[in-house]
Amino acid sequence: MTEGLTAAQDFSTDGPAKLSVAGLDFHYGDFQALADITVDIRENAVTAFIGPSGCGKSTFLRCFNRMNDLIPGTKVEGKVLLDDADVYAPGVDPVDLRRRVGMIFQQPNPFPMSIYDNVAYGPRLHGVKKKAELDRIVQESLERANVWKEVKDILGRGGLKLSGGQQQRLCIARVLAVQPEVVLMDEPCSAIDPTSVQKIEDLMAELKANFTIIIVTHNMQQAARVSDYTAFFLQEEAGEAARLIEFDRTGILFTSPKDKRTEDYITGRFG
Amino acid sequence: MDTKRVTNALALGFLWVAAGSTVLILGTLIGYVFIKGVGSLSLSFIFTAPQGVKAEGGIWPTIVATVYVTTLAMLIVTPVAVLAAVYLAEYAVQGRAVRLIRFAADTLASVPSIVMGLFGFALFVEAMHFGFSMLSAALALSFLMLPIVMRTTEEAIRAVPKYIRWGSYGLGATKWQTVRRTVLPAAMPRIITGIILATGRAVGETAVVIYTMGTSINLPLSPLDTGRSMTTHLYILATEGINLPTAYGTALLLMIMILSFNLIARYIVRRNRRMQG
Repeated sequence: MTEGLTAAQDFSTDGPAKLSVAGLDFHYGDFQALADITVDIRENAVTAFIGPSGCGKSTFLRCFNRMNDLIPGTKVEGKVLLDDADVYAPGVDPVDLRRRVGMIFQQPNPFPMSIYDNVAYGPRLHGVKKKAELDRIVQESLERANVWKEVKDILGRGGLKLSGGQQQRLCIARVLAVQPEVVLMDEPCSAIDPTSVQKIEDLMAELKANFTIIIVTHNMQQAARVSDYTAFFLQEEAGEAARLIEFDRTGILFTSPKDKRTEDYITGRFG
Repeated sequence: MDTKRVTNALALGFLWVAAGSTVLILGTLIGYVFIKGVGSLSLSFIFTAPQGVKAEGGIWPTIVATVYVTTLAMLIVTPVAVLAAVYLAEYAVQGRAVRLIRFAADTLASVPSIVMGLFGFALFVEAMHFGFSMLSAALALSFLMLPIVMRTTEEAIRAVPKYIRWGSYGLGATKWQTVRRTVLPAAMPRIITGIILATGRAVGETAVVIYTMGTSINLPLSPLDTGRSMTTHLYILATEGINLPTAYGTALLLMIMILSFNLIARYIVRRNRRMQG
């Protein structure tokens, strides 16, 4: 059975924790996917989740905005605190939560509508109607997502007409438009070209001044480049729950990991 | 030549004929109706009313009745079918009840149209006292169109990729907001195609309308007016041998209408495929 970290590492000297997870178990029907995960996510920092495929890191990511609620038969136990309030407490509406905790997906997923309408989608959902206000939000969000210059003259064109990398930045703009506090990124660079990857990595460094970012990535170099903290997840045996093996400042985790399994993974001995 | 090659060539030949026969049948049919009907076709044929006992002159009132009744049927069926499909595809817990609804829709689609006509007569003309009217006929036709529109809409909704929905939920949209603002617009081209195909089916329907809107030639204005559809006109002219040239002219016009419905549906599908890449 996989042994993992069960106590949060204390990085409170670095800044406050935006998200705090304690003793989280996750089930898909009869299958337990995650066991006893305890970790704090620092505010205004980038935290990377790494680990081999199927180690539950994306599942864990979706616990923060309760996207797993959309999958029938899933069950969460334990606590996930956002600013000290449990997101799984009765009475919390996932719809409100997702406005505060935005998400970028692996596959760029612009809606089949214009670039402008894609970005204005969130604000409109939440009741912004004035054209001038929407114009301002759309421009600001596209600027923050570093895609404004490329699309400012074609805002009426379909979002699906953009290149993959532009689409992904459009999706980031779309999330920023609802002014979230946390941005979850589920392998945001795995389906796009290298130049765009560079742009999105640069973007993360800019965005963390205002947001708390969590990124799931298969790419260890990427985790090392963009993140301040790294969490390593592992499912040692098929059919067994995955656990958090190690969590540390990225520089430390990649240079002097404390756990043998982390060292094996980052030196490429498996996964 | 050795026998293997001959057999091969023969087999290929038969396959060709079998496959080509569809096109051949359609081509012959359209060609025949065209040759027989094109002589009658003219602007005055379209825009004037039939004259005298032999129904010479034009067929304008029957065109109006046909367009009137199918438009009305489309307006009745679209909201019901689309809402039913949204419920089935997005909200209903997939289980016995949903399977029953789908089975009912499929069975409804296979009810012979003459039975639907008889039922429409009993229900709308008699029991509900709408009489022979555009309204009765439109309601009966909507029964015929309902399963087609509902199933194509359901398929269209299911074909909208999951990650598009996730994008919407991820921004804090409720289920209804996601359905209304993302899923339905994304599915719209295919939904419209379904509606057009069902409307084409209704335009060509005869049995249902004979029983529900009557056969008298007049220009329908109110939904409670009677009328004679193009198909009924064609049926009566042909079976009673009154005026065959006009019958073929009507047939040709009817086929042109239905063909253009199919072409419009194809165009929408193609344009959409291009746009969504």
